[in-house]
Amino acid sequence: MKNDGASAKVVLSAPDIGRTLARLAHEITEKNPDCSNLVLVGIITRGVPLAARLSEKIKEINGIEIPVGALDVTFYRDDLARKGPNLNASPTNITFDITGKTVILVDDVLFTGRSIRAAIDAIMDLGRPGKIQLAALLDRGHRELPIRADYIGKNIPTSRDERVMVKLREVDGEDAVFVTGAENG
Amino acid sequence: MSCEKILIKGGRVIDPAQGIDGLMDVMIENGKITKVAKGLDSDGAKIINAKGLVVSPGFIDLHVHLREPGYEYKETIQTGAMAGAAGGFTAVCCMANTQPVNDNGSITRHILERASLAKGARVYPIGAATKGLAGKELAEIGEMKQAGVVALSDDGRCIMDARLFQNAIRYAYMFDLTVVEHCEDEMLAKDGVINEGEVSARLGIKGIPAPAETVIARRDADIAGYTGCKVHLAHISAKETVDAVRTAKANGIKVTCEAAPHHFTLTEKMLEGFDANFKMNPPLRAKEDVDAVRAGLADGTIDCIATDHAPHLQWEKELEIDRAPNGVVGLETALGVSMKLVEDGVLGLPALIALFTSRPAAAFGLPGGSLRVGSPADLTAFDPEKKWTVNPSAFFSKGRNTPFAGMELKGKTLLTIVGGEIVYNPETL
Amino acid sequence: MVDSPLVNFKGRHLLGIDDLSADEIIGLVNTANRFVEVSEREIKKLPTLRGKTVVNLFFEPSTRTRTSFEIAGKRLSADVINISAQSSSVVKGETFKDTVLNLASMRPDALVIRHPSPGTPLYASKFAGCPVINGGDGAHAHPTQALLDMMTIMERRKSLKNLNVAIIGDVLHSRVARSNISAFKRFDANITVCGPKTLMPAHMDNFGVRVTHDIYEAVEGADVIMMLRIQTERMAQGLFPSLREYSSRFCLDSKVMKKAKPDAIVTHPGPINRGIEISSEVADGKYSVILDQVTHGVAMRMAVLYLLCGGAD
Repeated sequence: MKNDGASAKVVLSAPDIGRTLARLAHEITEKNPDCSNLVLVGIITRGVPLAARLSEKIKEINGIEIPVGALDVTFYRDDLARKGPNLNASPTNITFDITGKTVILVDDVLFTGRSIRAAIDAIMDLGRPGKIQLAALLDRGHRELPIRADYIGKNIPTSRDERVMVKLREVDGEDAVFVTGAENG
Repeated sequence: MSCEKILIKGGRVIDPAQGIDGLMDVMIENGKITKVAKGLDSDGAKIINAKGLVVSPGFIDLHVHLREPGYEYKETIQTGAMAGAAGGFTAVCCMANTQPVNDNGSITRHILERASLAKGARVYPIGAATKGLAGKELAEIGEMKQAGVVALSDDGRCIMDARLFQNAIRYAYMFDLTVVEHCEDEMLAKDGVINEGEVSARLGIKGIPAPAETVIARRDADIAGYTGCKVHLAHISAKETVDAVRTAKANGIKVTCEAAPHHFTLTEKMLEGFDANFKMNPPLRAKEDVDAVRAGLADGTIDCIATDHAPHLQWEKELEIDRAPNGVVGLETALGVSMKLVEDGVLGLPALIALFTSRPAAAFGLPGGSLRVGSPADLTAFDPEKKWTVNPSAFFSKGRNTPFAGMELKGKTLLTIVGGEIVYNPETL
Repeated sequence: MVDSPLVNFKGRHLLGIDDLSADEIIGLVNTANRFVEVSEREIKKLPTLRGKTVVNLFFEPSTRTRTSFEIAGKRLSADVINISAQSSSVVKGETFKDTVLNLASMRPDALVIRHPSPGTPLYASKFAGCPVINGGDGAHAHPTQALLDMMTIMERRKSLKNLNVAIIGDVLHSRVARSNISAFKRFDANITVCGPKTLMPAHMDNFGVRVTHDIYEAVEGADVIMMLRIQTERMAQGLFPSLREYSSRFCLDSKVMKKAKPDAIVTHPGPINRGIEISSEVADGKYSVILDQVTHGVAMRMAVLYLLCGGAD
C-alpha cells in the first residue's frame, strides 16, 4: 500500500463510519424486535471490531448486551490452491452456543460473496443457528454467488480492479474507508 | 588388433622398478619389450606417438570383483577385463566371492578359461582361503595353486577364527601364496552400515567403528610375525590401521597392504545424502583417516593402490541405505582419482606409478610391473594433464555404482597394451 | 500473510527439522494451535483439503503416528489411505523405489512415509511427485514428533528460547531425540542428554549437547525433561544388563523430579514403560504433558498437511 496518497479517495470518514454503524444498529433492532436471541459474529479481521461496535450501539438503543464472537474462515475458503496456506490465521473465538440463535455475520466489505459463503459453512459447523443474517459496512458489488446483505452501511460502486481499504482504529489506529485506483505497475 | 612390432615414441617413460624416468621410446616385438631407449629407429614398426603422455608398465590391481561365475548380471570377466584396460590396468586379481565360490581348482580353471577368451587386462584369480568363504575349514589351496591362483582371500568376509587364519598363512606359505585379509571384526562391526562417527551419530545410521578393522590388522600382523609367514591387508581405511602396519613393518613383519582410491579421497560426509553409491566396506571414514591413508601412501607404509572394484546393478544401489549392497566400481576412475595425490603434493608421479605397478607385483610375486627388456609387453600410456568428467554411463564396466560420478578428474589412460596387443586405444594414437 | 515465511511451501517436503527455520517452526506451532479448537468441536471437520488424497505409507508398525496422521487428514476432509508395506523389499520382491513410484502414479497430494531405514523419505522425495512427510525413518528423524513437542512446550512455557532441556534414555536409537535436539538448537536451548553410555552415539562432538550418565545431574534445573522409550531388545544386544538395573539409574521418579524446576514439564513420545523409564507417579502427575502431546500430535499434523498440500499452484 505504498501508493496510497496519489489515487486514494476517502469514501467514508471517521464520523461517517460512526453514523453508519448507528444506523445499522437501528436497522438490526427494528428487524429483530426480540434482541435477546441475537448474537453478533465478526469475520476476522475487521468484522470483529465492527461487530463489537454494533453491540455497543444496540446497547445504547435498548440496553441489551448482544454477545460478540470472532469467526475465522481461513480453512473454509475456496481459494487455497490459488493463494496458498495462511499461517497467520487467528483462531475462531465464539464462547457462546449459537444453536437456535439469530446470528448476524458482520464483515467490512461485501464483494464476491465467497468469504460469506465460507463464513456460513464455518458457522454451520459450530452449531445450528435459527437464522443467519449479514451486515456489511460496505457493499462494493461484483457478487459471484447469490448472496446479499441484510444490512448495508453504504453501497459504493467500484470497478473490479479498484481496491477498497477499510481502516479501523482497533486494528489500524484510525477510522476511514478509501478507494484506490487500479495499480498501474 | 595384434601387431608384431610397435614403437611407442616420445613419451615420458616412467618405470619405477628400473628407476627410469625420461623421454624415451619403447619397442615391442612379438609381445615382448625389446628396447627402452632414446631415439629408437622405427625399423618397420607401427609407430605410436606418445608425445605428452606418460608411458609406464601396465597397472596391476590386486583387488577386483568380476562377479563371474554366478553374478554375470553385475559384471563378467569380459566387461571387467575391458574396464581394467580402459583404466590402464593390464592385470587384475579377481576375488573368490563368486557363485560358486572359487575355492577349488575347477572354478579356478573355469575363470582362467573365460579370461583367456576375454579382451582386456589379464585376469589372475584369487582363491578362497576357506571353503565357501565360511571361515571353518581351509579350501583346497594346493589344488588351486596348481590351477593358477595368485593369492588367497575370503574377501568380503574376515577370517574371524584366529587359529584358522594362522593355519591359512602357514599352509599358504608352502605354495608361496599370500593370504589377503579383509580386516573386519564381524562382531564389532555387526549391523554397521557406514563409518561410526559424527555422520552416523547425526543421521542415525548404524556405525562400523574403525577398530573393527584395526584389531584384525594387529592380530594378523602379530600372527604373521610369530609364524614368519606373510599377510596382505586389503583396503585399509583407518588411521590406526595405517599406524599398525607401519609399526609391523618396522618390526620386520612380512605384511603388505593396499588402499582404495575412495578411501584416500572421500570422507564419511558423502553419506549425508543417504546415497548407497557411497556405501562400501570398509566404509568411507573421517577426514583424519583419509589423511592417514594418504600419509601411508606417501611414506611407503601402504604398498599399492587397489580399487576393490565391486560392480552392482543400479537398482540394487537404489535400495534403502542399510539394505543396499556394499561396494563401488573403481577400475576406470582409479588413475584420475589417484592423480590428485600428485596434484596435492602427497607423492611424486613415479611413486604413484610404483603403487600401481612394481609394488603390487612384488606383494603377490606377480609377473609384470616393469618395462624390463624381455618381459611381456604390458604397458599403459596416459595423458597426465587431460581433464575429464566421470560419466558412469560411458563405463566399460556393467557397474555404474561409482562415488565419483560427475567429478572432474585430471589424467586419463589413452593406450593399454597387454602382451604386445593393443587392447585399449580410444583416440587412436 | 504475505510476510509469513511459510506461505511458499510449494514443492517442499518435511523430511527433517533441518528443513525448517525457527520462524517456520513457530509458524507451524501457531497454525497447529489454530486447529486445536477443531478437535474440541462436535463436528470435528474442516473442508480445507477436500478432494486431496493423503497416503500413509508405513513400512513398520505404528499405531499412534499412523492414526494421528489419519485423523489429521480426515479432520481436514482429505481422503486418507493407509498402506502397510513389507519392510523388507527383498522379501516382498518389490523395491522401495518401485513401491513409491507405483503410489506416486496414483497422484496423491501428500505421502507420509514411516520406514525402518534412515534416509528413505529423502530418497522418495526425489521422485514421488508430491510433498513427502517423514513419519519416522529409522533412528534418523521424526520431525512431526519434534514439532508437536515444541507445540506442547510452547503451550506451557510461551517461549522456546533458552530452555534447559534434559533428554533421557536410549538416544542412540532415537529419531525423536535427534529431531528434538535439532529443534531445540534452533532456540538456543541448553541440552543435556543422559542415559547409559552404551545407548549414546559414539561421536556426539558436533551435537552441541552436554552428555551425562547421572539422571540427577541431567534433571538439575531442567525446564523440560524429555523421556525416551527403552526397548527390551537392547538387552539382548548387550547394551544394558536388565530393566531392573536400568530403572534404578535412569527412571524418572518423584525423587529425581525434585531436582527440576518447580514448573518443569515431562514429555514422552509413547508408548510409556511404567516403572521402567518413568514412574506412574510422574507419568500421571502434574508435570506430565504426555497426553497433551497426543492431542497436539493431531493438530500439528493437520498444520503440516495444510501447509504442504495447500500450496499455491
